[in-house]
Amino acid sequence: MGQAIAFYTLAAFILGFAVLVVSTKDTVHSVLFLVLDFLFVAALYVLLGAPFLAVIQVLVYAGGIVVLYLFVVMLVNLKRPPEAHHDPHRRTTLGFGLAIAVLLELVVIGVYQTVGPVAAAVPGPAMPVTGNTEQVGWLLYTSYLIPFEIASMLLLVAMIGAIVLAKREL
Amino acid sequence: MSTQTVRGAMFDTNELVINMGPQHPSTHGVLRVVLRLDGEKVVDADVVIGYLHRGIEKLSENRNWTQIILLTDRMDYVAAATSNVGYCQTVEKLMQLEVPRRARYVRTILCELQRIASHCLWVGTHAMDIGAMTVFLYAFRERELILDLFEEFCGARLTYNSMRIGGLPLDIPPGWDKKVLEFCRIMDSKLDEYEELLTHNRIWLERTKGIGIISGPVALALGLCGPPLRGSGVPRDVRKDEPYAAYDEMQFDVPLGTAGDTYDRYLVRMEEFRQSLRIIRQATEGLPEGPIVGKVPRLIKPVVGETYHAIESPKGELGYFIVSDGKSTNPYRFRVRPPSFCNLQGLRTLIKGHLVADVVALIGSLDVVLGEVDR
Amino acid sequence: MIDHFVVPLLKILVVLNATLVAVTYMVLLERKVIAWAQSRLGPMRVGPYGILQPVADAVKLMIKEDITPVRADKWVFTAAPIISMVPALIVYAVIPFGPEVSIFGRKVTLYITDVNVGLLYLVSVASVGVYGIILAGYASNSKYPLLASLRASAQLISYEAAVTLTLVSVILMSGTLSMVGIVNAQYTKHVWFVFAQPIAFVLVLIGGLAETNRAPFDLPEAEQELTGGFHTEYSGMRFALFFLAEYANMIVVSSVVTTLFLGGWLRPFPNVAALSFLGIVPSWAWFLIKSFVFLYIFIWIRATLPRYRYDQLMRLGWKVLIPLAIANLVVTGIVKVLWLGVGG
Repeated sequence: MGQAIAFYTLAAFILGFAVLVVSTKDTVHSVLFLVLDFLFVAALYVLLGAPFLAVIQVLVYAGGIVVLYLFVVMLVNLKRPPEAHHDPHRRTTLGFGLAIAVLLELVVIGVYQTVGPVAAAVPGPAMPVTGNTEQVGWLLYTSYLIPFEIASMLLLVAMIGAIVLAKREL
Repeated sequence: MSTQTVRGAMFDTNELVINMGPQHPSTHGVLRVVLRLDGEKVVDADVVIGYLHRGIEKLSENRNWTQIILLTDRMDYVAAATSNVGYCQTVEKLMQLEVPRRARYVRTILCELQRIASHCLWVGTHAMDIGAMTVFLYAFRERELILDLFEEFCGARLTYNSMRIGGLPLDIPPGWDKKVLEFCRIMDSKLDEYEELLTHNRIWLERTKGIGIISGPVALALGLCGPPLRGSGVPRDVRKDEPYAAYDEMQFDVPLGTAGDTYDRYLVRMEEFRQSLRIIRQATEGLPEGPIVGKVPRLIKPVVGETYHAIESPKGELGYFIVSDGKSTNPYRFRVRPPSFCNLQGLRTLIKGHLVADVVALIGSLDVVLGEVDR
Repeated sequence: MIDHFVVPLLKILVVLNATLVAVTYMVLLERKVIAWAQSRLGPMRVGPYGILQPVADAVKLMIKEDITPVRADKWVFTAAPIISMVPALIVYAVIPFGPEVSIFGRKVTLYITDVNVGLLYLVSVASVGVYGIILAGYASNSKYPLLASLRASAQLISYEAAVTLTLVSVILMSGTLSMVGIVNAQYTKHVWFVFAQPIAFVLVLIGGLAETNRAPFDLPEAEQELTGGFHTEYSGMRFALFFLAEYANMIVVSSVVTTLFLGGWLRPFPNVAALSFLGIVPSWAWFLIKSFVFLYIFIWIRATLPRYRYDQLMRLGWKVLIPLAIANLVVTGIVKVLWLGVGG
């Protein structure tokens, strides 16, 4: 009962902030609402019993990625280019069309749900420990080791790419 | 040189123009530096002076030769006695006056005390600009001791009016020379304190080594003088090259730098502290008896002529050029060659290519006093 | 019922009040300590030996005119100091001041809560604190503060990475992310982690200095360089909030270093029975004494050292601290696996 109240309150906030993100005129405000959104999503994770994930969400997303968004938004003067078409409703109709397409997709997926969750290719050894952090760590380093390593390689490549792009003389 | 404040339009990759001063916590005095920045690097700098111009040179055309001594106090207000000495010696040179030996010795003592006081202020403000606040308080504590000595001698702490043409206005009070020697003893250990805080401090080294390198020939070409010139390895010191007062009878060394960076200028001045103490000890211990002022006519009216005389002030070569027309008791023309003015010319060359945070370090390293830059 | 609501609420009240008073008196402590280092006396007029100086400062700041720059973004301008201050305060939810004690016959733990991701919670909350500085510079709509805030936030993010990497070695030593667990690990392993991980200790100390914008890493607020930095346009109580946030962060860093490396509430040599007379001093007193030592060290460093230039600061963070942290981590891991056994 208490859980349900908490969940619906959080969900309302999340959706509300999400709407504000896309509807605010000021880009910086939009980014700030995104941060708030992420904080509430972290709260949702806590509700689901995954405190580790919640903290990582705040640390990485809200505290790292969105900071970079903010840097870019502050440094770049975002002006809307002059409208090529004089149809003021073009954006709204496009948005509507896309929303309907996504909704149809969701309906299709829901109705034809025959595909179950994919079993791990190699069943990992039994998890001896409990606690969210330990479980995540265990899974990452046994069943999902290869995706983990690939993700780290990706990050390394991104880092090197950023340095190469930003440096003036190498 | 427009300054843009529209939100968002500030950061094209073009250059940013930033104005430093004239009211700024660390340009020592009212100095304005307009910087053109590329990111954090200074591409160009425009030094604007004149905010402290009081028309001293013109004023002196309406005052008689003795009254001008008051005006010279207010140029380099950090080292007023030195400015007094320089001026008096120039007039004595024009009038071919003989200054008694005792007066020359006391002048030397006062000049060297003044050098220490000026360098105390320099080290304090230089360190504070770079972030070491405590050295400022320590240096001023020692400067207070010197100011006390001066107050006992002539009654003033900053603008002394302590010289007269031909000698000094009063003799030193009894026991003053003992106090001077006591001060020298205290100062030696305090210098070790400053050195301990700064000279081998890793952060200090990183902030001053390799910053503002200026080679000997470039320094000479720019017209630098004093510790900035000696820091670049050029052995020019007016006390040795053209001795005045009692310097020909003193034993002292002139410290020279090698790399010509801010750290070398710092080391040169720190060593000058110790050499000044050496000179003061020699002069005080060997103080001769005798009159304190020479044979000076009641009305000072030099013959027609002009002369230039330079001394080594703590900032560099301080020169006076006077023209007398022989008829009036005022000079026809009074011109000062201030060391800070000439050193400030080098600021533009020094700053280029450095970061904004180095600008304050470099201004401090040149040791400029706006009073004598603007007069 | 009481245990679930009243006790935590009381704990929060006590901790919050104590923190705010401590932060206010930090102002006085800093002025006094720096003054004594500089052969001065510091504030002496308000109250005996200047004890009431923070009260005077607080009153002055509260009655000051609240100036908001004309074209500043009002909401963001107002929110920025709050965003700076709040993370510094909510971190106290996980910091353990002592073990379970009996107060009025009730068993009460001297910490608000023991989250089993406590250390990570701390780091993540600290990373949210960066927003305060960024938004302050941006919302002021003026060149100087914007430059300064960007530099400050870049500095904070870089040193966050270094400190977080260092903390991983501590977690390796203790085997748990919970703050209480780390203190208990120091008890069971019979060693304060400062002796087991000296390099990590030094790195966290330096990183902590940089994280809180303290000298020698205080370029963003160096008055001499850019006339005030990111809080140039702030006045009155908002300005005060920034400074209080900085001091609060300092206290947090001291507490964290105490907990992670100096055994938190443990007395020196907690396992040596011969020294159990030291148990006269209550556990939370040990904690406070140790934190105070670090606070004093921070202030001492500010009085003594010159300031790093920004590029030297970044170079230190990226080229020295992060490699050292990673090296420390690798060595710790190897030692743990080979000598101590994975469970050790």
